[in-house]
Amino acid sequence: MIEVDHISKYFDGNRVLQDITTRFVRGKNNLIIGQSGSGKTVLLKCIIGLYAIDEGDILFEKRSLMEMDPESRKSLRKEFGTLFQGGALFSSLSVEENVMFPLTMNTDMGREEKLERVNFCLRRVKLENANKLYPSQLSGGMIKRVAIARAISLNPKYLFCDEPNSGLDPSTANVIDKLINEITEEYQITTIVNTHDMNSVMEIGDQVAFIYEGQLWWEGSRDDILHSDNRELNDFVFATELTKKLKHKSA
Amino acid sequence: MKIFSQLGGYLLFMRQVFTRPDKFRIFHQQTVKEVESIGLESLWIVSIISIFMGAVATIQMAFNIDTPLIPKYTIGFATRQTIILEFSPTMISLILAGKVGSKIASEIGTMRVTEQIDAMEIMGVNPANYLILPKIAAAVFINPILIIISIVLALFGGWIVGTTTNLVTSTDYILGLRSWYQSFDVFYALIKTVVFAFLITSISGYYGYITRGGAEDVGKASTKAVVQSSIFIILFNLILTQLLLND
Repeated sequence: MIEVDHISKYFDGNRVLQDITTRFVRGKNNLIIGQSGSGKTVLLKCIIGLYAIDEGDILFEKRSLMEMDPESRKSLRKEFGTLFQGGALFSSLSVEENVMFPLTMNTDMGREEKLERVNFCLRRVKLENANKLYPSQLSGGMIKRVAIARAISLNPKYLFCDEPNSGLDPSTANVIDKLINEITEEYQITTIVNTHDMNSVMEIGDQVAFIYEGQLWWEGSRDDILHSDNRELNDFVFATELTKKLKHKSA
Repeated sequence: MKIFSQLGGYLLFMRQVFTRPDKFRIFHQQTVKEVESIGLESLWIVSIISIFMGAVATIQMAFNIDTPLIPKYTIGFATRQTIILEFSPTMISLILAGKVGSKIASEIGTMRVTEQIDAMEIMGVNPANYLILPKIAAAVFINPILIIISIVLALFGGWIVGTTTNLVTSTDYILGLRSWYQSFDVFYALIKTVVFAFLITSISGYYGYITRGGAEDVGKASTKAVVQSSIFIILFNLILTQLLLND
């Protein structure tokens, strides 16, 4: 479990995150939603430690991020699997080398053992024959799947996904959502997904946190969204005719 | 104030770069790759420029020493001195600042804007150390070798042009090359080259590393890297010459 405890973040004196307190539960898909510029990516980057928080604390299974020395933070990061918006695959490395990278840098596994793990992870994301391909030879969906394989290669306790469906067609986006959901349930990891894709919210949103103007505005499950009377949440979620009809139908 | 802030940023970056590599085997592999990328891939351009540089230097020496009072072998001697002391270490380093510096800044800058560096950091890897230290080590190792090759080729280029155009005989030119030779001159050239190699790779790496934004910003970082590396090469050329050659 990850507990976010009254965190705030400032950039050049401007408060981007304001006193956010929430918890992300193990074995569930915890979604952070919000408009572009609402602060959800900043929140995710604070949680994974890419941005230092100015106030508050973040607890990973009761371990305080603020009280950790650099070595402890480094060890903690080995428990993270992260899927970046564009995949962030290393362009000079092949698929196999990309997935192997965290194993090479963080374990003392031999080449054969690493290769076995790489092949397992690639099979898990249904990319058995892509070992020797380079990121430039992959489609958007394949890049995301390789990034997921790389993220799970070290058996992470926490999986962070920043806009996993951006730039993907609905069908491929659905495949990625299902994959994230399966991995979360299978390995019982704490997954945080940062998204503004309403299909993802309805497909995998076990717990949803809505960020509005840097504040935690609303929390609940995907079912709660359909019945919420929170105006800002409704304006965001039911912005299109299709989603408005969905809301109307459920009511 | 901006200059102090940048200097501070650069020094903090260097502190991140010069830490103990997590895995020496990986560091070694990366360094070997960089020797190929920084050094061997520059060999062609260094060779071409050096041959022509030596040829031009010889013609200019012959043109300026066109008097019976000065022996012809002085052409070979003066060409050697200008090539060893200045042309090869400084001019070739400036060329490498353009070629290698822009490559490093754009490579690291692209990795930054596509979140590859963030991904590395999240995996518990020190990206500054992993990406930049092998480049610095490779350049500090291979650039002196490139400069030695450059000196040899420049003197060869001078010999070809000097003898084929009858500006100087082969015997006189070679006598000039061998006259009043001091090994310290080569040592001085290599010291300069090592310092310039460090400046090119570290400054370019820094500008790539702090890139924010998109493709346009990567281009800007690359330009800044080349300009700043060149300025610091010229500045350190003056400082090192004053320190090493001033009796």
